[in-house]
Amino acid sequence: MFKLTEDRKVKGTPLAKVVMQTIADVMDTDEKVVMLEADLGSASSSNIVEKAHPERYVQCGIAEADMVGIAAGLSVKGFKPFIHTFGPFATRRVYDQLYLSGAYAHNTINVYGSDPGFTVGPNGGTHTTWEDVALMRAMPTAVVTDAADAVQLEWIVREFAKMEGIHYVRANRKDVRNVYAPGSTFELGKGNVLTEGKDVLIITAGQLVSDALDAAEQLEAEGISTEVIDMFTIKPIDKELILSEVKGKKAVVAFENHSIIGGLGSAVAEVLAENCIAVPFKRHGCMDQFGQVGTPDWLQKEFKLTAADLIETVKGLLK
Amino acid sequence: MDKVELKKLELLAAKIRLDVMELLYHRGYGHLGGSLSLVELMAVLYGKCLHVDPADPQMDDRDMVVLSKGHAGPVWYSALAERGYFPKEWLMTLNDGGTNLPSHPDRTKTPGVDMTTGSLGQGTSAAVGIALGQKMKGQNRYTYLIVGDGELNEGQCWEAFQFIAGKKLNNCIVFIDENKRQLDGYTKDILYPFDYVAKMEAFGFHTQKVKGDDIEAIAAAIEKAQANKDSANCIVLDTIKGQGIKYFEELVSNHSVKFNNEANIKAAEEAIANLKEFIAKEEA
Ligand SMILES: Cc1ncc(C[n+]2csc(CCOP(=O)(O)OP(=O)(O)O)c2C)c(N)n1
Repeated sequence: MFKLTEDRKVKGTPLAKVVMQTIADVMDTDEKVVMLEADLGSASSSNIVEKAHPERYVQCGIAEADMVGIAAGLSVKGFKPFIHTFGPFATRRVYDQLYLSGAYAHNTINVYGSDPGFTVGPNGGTHTTWEDVALMRAMPTAVVTDAADAVQLEWIVREFAKMEGIHYVRANRKDVRNVYAPGSTFELGKGNVLTEGKDVLIITAGQLVSDALDAAEQLEAEGISTEVIDMFTIKPIDKELILSEVKGKKAVVAFENHSIIGGLGSAVAEVLAENCIAVPFKRHGCMDQFGQVGTPDWLQKEFKLTAADLIETVKGLLK
Repeated sequence: MDKVELKKLELLAAKIRLDVMELLYHRGYGHLGGSLSLVELMAVLYGKCLHVDPADPQMDDRDMVVLSKGHAGPVWYSALAERGYFPKEWLMTLNDGGTNLPSHPDRTKTPGVDMTTGSLGQGTSAAVGIALGQKMKGQNRYTYLIVGDGELNEGQCWEAFQFIAGKKLNNCIVFIDENKRQLDGYTKDILYPFDYVAKMEAFGFHTQKVKGDDIEAIAAAIEKAQANKDSANCIVLDTIKGQGIKYFEELVSNHSVKFNNEANIKAAEEAIANLKEFIAKEEA
């Protein structure tokens, strides 16, 4: 059961710290959990894990493909590896290792890919990933998530630690605004209806959940009744929820910090199309472009991923 | 090297180091350590070795540079600005939205940048292709490949080296910036590197090791490498991360430095003042 936070303006613990502290905590009681890092320990805070459990912290150096292969081998020996690097290196760069040594060989690897989409900031275009969800969605058996805030991210990491297989979570390293109240629990594969509404359905995930809630508030104020779903599990997608909530809506928007190709918007479109749902629909995300450098705020505007941009899309569909 | 040329290159190095400090200080953060360790190499390349034309950066028959450790972009941009590829004012736009100077080099944005890098390891193979292309076109030109010692963790570097050495691609001159540190600390603590000279020799490279702040030694090593046509060539630069500014050399965490505390700010301001003074004196 989840509850929404009382103050959406407040930010939580930086997300990289949340991931690493949670892994360290889980390691206290589960000796099968191990953590692998590729020379970003100080950047990702995985040095928290190193301090707490040095014997199960594996520094692989700047060798991401090797790290994934090592994780697969540790899985063969019964361990449950977590790995971290920046999003593009955690997916694109090591895709075949994750796919074959990981998924195909039925191994367990939990992947934290940091700084998705516009959150890349000054690391710029080479470090931007707008396609990680698309890649990970195409990998059989993989579970793909995008965390909305610190509370949900902690829950996701704890959940991953219990499961076998390939699991991916993408999240900013920095602090983001709270969506959920502490102690909230979730269910993998189940979306969360955050606001009820009868005119418009916004399906979103990750840090953009906060922006979607901002947009919904403003739309409400203008008399457009808006439902927001946090679809934090992008694969497997919650088909039943989409099909039940789309009923009676005048417009549906999938809003994501990712390319419109292959991500959440594509997943929603697949559900709508295969169930013969004819409704005005738009994928609102990165429009098949490369990333670039700038502050995260500048990039969010540049790629038209703000609440104001979402409102424009909604109104465009309602015309 | 004669005295006049040495003075000229020392002055250029000071200017490049000043530019790096000024632009990172202006930005408030950035990859300082790994930029400073390459200042002298950049001065030798852009002040002496390279057959390039800043007025015609796309001239096909030119030497090319691949900075595979792309996060050191600031030192490359500084050298390019000093060589006249673009106005020095551009330096202050590093990482701004819409800039021509992103943190990691982008060949579509910056005149003089021959290859886009930033994902460590990838520049090595691209340099192979560039050098190979120069040969296939019958051009008598060089490709200068610069890799970090931490970057050498990446297997792709060794795939590229295997090719360069195995095919005796002697127009691709490999520089290893051995500044002994990477992001999380000392290279020896992260993945023990053993001896780069021995490793490169074993791969089949003619390998020289020189002090990375010794302009004459770097220039002499490049000349020697160019003269050796029998095998591939590697120059290991024995450098210091943060090279040339004592405070930053000694700073424990000097990979990406933030100018958000008094000590770092003071050190940057002092370094900038000292470099300006040195340059003014030399130019007088
Ligand atoms: C494939 C890849 N993995 C990780 C990074 C993040 N990263 C940037 S610089 C760096 C350390 C590089 O060390 P080194 O090559 O020794 O550079 P230097 O110390 O000279 O700055 C890391 C891990 C990256 N840019 N690319």
